[in-house]
Order: sequence, then structure tokens, then C-alpha cells
Amino acid sequence: MEEAKPIIEFNDLSFSYKSADNHYALKNINLKIYEGDYVALLGLNGAGKTTLQLCLNGVIPNSILGDFSGEVIVDGHDTFETPVRELAKIVGMVFDNPEFQLSQMSVGEEIALGLESLGYSYQEMVDTITEVLGIVGLSGLEERSPFGLSGGQQQRLSIASALAMRPKILVMDEPTSNVDPIGKEEIFQVAYDLNRKRNMTVIMAEHEVEVMAQFANLVVVMHDGEIVLQGTPEEVFSDVELLESLGLRMPQVAALGHSLEKQNLMNLGGKYPVKLDQAIETYGRLFE
Amino acid sequence: MEPIVKVEYLWHIYPTGNVTAVRDVSLEINKGEILGVIGQNGSGKTTLVKHFIGLLKPTKGKVFVSGLDTSKHLIQQMAVKVGYVYQNPNHQLFARTVQDELRFGPKNIGLTEEEIEERVAQAIEFFDLKNILDIHPYRISFPLRKLVGMASVYTMQPDVFILDEPTTGQDNVTTQTVYHLIRKLRDEGATVLCVAHDMILLAETVDRMLVMRNSELIMDATPREVFSDYEIMSSTHLTPPQITTLSLKLKEKHQKLDQTVLTIDEMVDKVKNLSNK
Repeated sequence: MEEAKPIIEFNDLSFSYKSADNHYALKNINLKIYEGDYVALLGLNGAGKTTLQLCLNGVIPNSILGDFSGEVIVDGHDTFETPVRELAKIVGMVFDNPEFQLSQMSVGEEIALGLESLGYSYQEMVDTITEVLGIVGLSGLEERSPFGLSGGQQQRLSIASALAMRPKILVMDEPTSNVDPIGKEEIFQVAYDLNRKRNMTVIMAEHEVEVMAQFANLVVVMHDGEIVLQGTPEEVFSDVELLESLGLRMPQVAALGHSLEKQNLMNLGGKYPVKLDQAIETYGRLFE
Repeated sequence: MEPIVKVEYLWHIYPTGNVTAVRDVSLEINKGEILGVIGQNGSGKTTLVKHFIGLLKPTKGKVFVSGLDTSKHLIQQMAVKVGYVYQNPNHQLFARTVQDELRFGPKNIGLTEEEIEERVAQAIEFFDLKNILDIHPYRISFPLRKLVGMASVYTMQPDVFILDEPTTGQDNVTTQTVYHLIRKLRDEGATVLCVAHDMILLAETVDRMLVMRNSELIMDATPREVFSDYEIMSSTHLTPPQITTLSLKLKEKHQKLDQTVLTIDEMVDKVKNLSNK
């Protein structure tokens, strides 16, 4: 069988911002992501997660200058040689603070802004706006001001604006850090549906490890510009010593497994449940 | 003993648009209590706690803090008793360097240079700010700026310490600093109110929770009681910590687990007790 080709490939990528005398924000990054993957990017603030994400839409190295070596291939395009406006059709970006991304008078215009650069007709624009608002659950809000929306709605609008460009990849940088619990639920649900129902590749930097363990199939852990661990949630969250030494949290149900094993209260062979369902089954045995 | 915070039939109606943000809330808080205030955005949490420092005055009803009627005292007088750490540090910080920010409060209440130095030094040590003292607060990262906001209130050593969403945008390491802060304030006998969506933080630190929904106080109980109340949790769209949800699910099936669990350590203890029997 022919091996599937990754949709994203980082090959020996290193990058340092121009201003940061020789401090490398990214060091020797090697990572393959396949179409339909849901990737959780974990790491402390400053670990390099945002810098890594900015390499995907070519903003690094094309708009933000610095010392760039190695290569990033996105859907067959070398980002070093591809204009940002071309990559914008492949990679949609959503940042942590929706207010930084919103600028227009109405929800509809907010989405139309990106479409104008694609040369859409008026009718194509209207149809696209209707469609993407439907996908994120904001149908009928075309005329509203983006600034009158709740935090969760604003963030879903950012997602809709990204989707309007028909990207294959959605990159989200802590999309839920500025919204309340309802908003969080909404955003995670939209990202999940896009991934599972539309096979969109999702790359999300997020501190909510319980949710990431539930949704992601690939977890990438960064520290000081390097990828220090990658694998399935089960693999990554079983490496408790490393995560603890980096100051990272793991899902509570996995941390419980580690504590029980350390105190000889349960033998799990170093493999801990990472999802609630698994945990109910595994730990239920203790209370029978 | 007289409660440190006393709220009697408080209503707050914002003049713009006649929005009732707090509806008929009464409660008492004793000195040394550590409380969480939860509810969705717009449920009235922040409006409620802003009355405790006199940032907002009651439309109806009364609020007393340390015996002072907040509607009769200026915010400058209240600030000595109550410290409020804003959710958004940009609303709080104004000095040109982190160092100046920390010195401002203690200097303003007329402490001696020696006392100011001591308090500022303690805050720098506790919040690990020594490397950013000469930097403008707006030039440091948002999470770090929030820690500076906490540090500047910490230097005031208020009786009542209000934290509004202290862990938003923080990673696990800086979140631990917030945990340590709350525990230290508890040890020092301060009263702490923590407005938060971070249920793990609350499960591990608070004794009592106030649940707000649609401007009303709908529950005032221990975290264990609140998290166990399925109706309250689902109607406020709040999710207990994963370990608590696990214990609730296990309790449904297994009678040997007799209590809702709040922390990983508690769960480990439950298992330990079973295996000792």
C-alpha cells in the first residue's frame, strides 16, 4: 500500500526572530501531520506554539523576518516560496483574542473582507457567508455588529471568516482562552465537527488538556522552541515524569492513574486512561 | 463575630438600558473565608463583587465591608480594606514600570519608605518579578501582566482580596502561582473571593461557592454540594473538574464510593481506605 502523503511537513525547521539575538524560537522541528488529523499543541507560554503556527500560513518567514532554516511544506507548497495570500487559501488562522481579528461594521462584512481578495461575485459572497455562518451556528446574524457578540460568538465568527477561504487546515491559537464556559463548549464543538464531519485538519494550541485528550489524535508537546514529545494522547499523557518536569498538566484521570500506581494501589503498566469513558471503566474495578 | 462582608437585599440596575445585573442578593462572609463566585459571563458575578470595593453603589439594598457602609464611603477609603484584581490588567495598571506599579499603592496610603520597601520586596519575591522590574507593564506578556496586577494588590495587604478570573490565559506554571497566592492568603487570615470559570482552581482552593445565574444568587454552598447538583451545574453550563465528574459517575454505579471527590488526592485516599479495609 502506498503511504499517505502528509499535508504538513516540518523538516529541520529552526527560526529566530530578527530582534532576538541568537535566541531560537524554534529549534530543529520535525513533524508530519496528515489530512484529517486533530493536533493538540501543548506547552507553557513562550514554548514556541504560536511561532510554530505562524510558520503554517507563511507569515513566518515571509512577513515576519528572522533567521529561518529548514523547510515547511503545506499541502505541497514550500512556504518559503509561496506568497502568504496563496497560503491563506489553504490555512485558516484563529487567534486567542477575537477582538484583534475583527474590524468591520457587520458580521457579513467581516466575512466578505477576505472574500474580496478572491474575486468572488456578489452572489457567490452572499452564498458563502450564509454557508459559513451556518457551519459555526451564527445563521441570521449577518447584519449584527461583531462587537455586540458574546466572546464565544466572536470567536466562531473568526472561524467563519477563516472557513470562507475554503482552507484545508484550520490553525487555532488558544481559541477559548478569552471566553466563558458556554463559549468554550461552542468553539470546541465547531472545531470537532469540522474535523470529524468535514475531515478538516485542525491544529490547536490549548491549555485545556482534558478536552484535547478527548478530541486530538496527535499531541505535540513543545518546550523552549523544541518538540520534546509527540504521539497519541495515551502515549503522551503516560509520560508523566517528563510532563511534570516541564511544568505541564495532564488530564486529571491520567494523573490519578499515575498516583495510584506510584502508591501501589493499582497496576496499570504505565498506561493511563486519558478520556472520561476509559477512566470510568478502568477505575470502576476498584469500587466493585 | 461580625461578618466582614454583609450584603442586604442588594439590587443593581445599570442606568443604561435598565439592565438588572444583580437581583435581591443577601449574603454574609466571615473573616478568613475563601469563596468562589461562579456563573456564566453576564450572570452578575463581577457586578456583585464590584460592590464590595465600592466601585459600584447599590441601586437598592446595603453592602457593608469591615463595618463600613460602602455607599457612604469613598473608594479611596475602601481600597485600604479591599483589594480588587481586575480580570483585565489593562484596566488596572498605569505606572511606567513594574516597580513603580508595586510602590504606588503602599506609598499612597502613607506608609514609611521602609514599610514600602518591605512590602514591595515581598511581592517581588512571591510573584517572581525580579527580572521585569524596570519594564513598562504594557511591554510584558498578558499573563505576566496579570501577575503584576495581583502583586500590586498584594502590597496593600487588604482584609478582603478579590480575584477576577486570575487564571485566564495562564499556563500551568503561572496558574500554580495563583494557587500558592490563595493558600498563602488563607494562612495569613485574609478573606478571599475568587470569581472564576476555572473549576479545578476552585475545587482545590475554596471552602464555599456562590453560584450566580441571570442576576440572582441561586446557590450558596460548599464546592462538593455545588458540583454534585446536576441541575445547578447544567443550568449554568458549568462543568465540574474531570476528577469530580469521574467520582459522580462512579458513585452512580458503585456504592463503595460514598462521596463526591474534589481533587486527585481525595480520590487516591478513597482507594487507599478501601484497600485497607
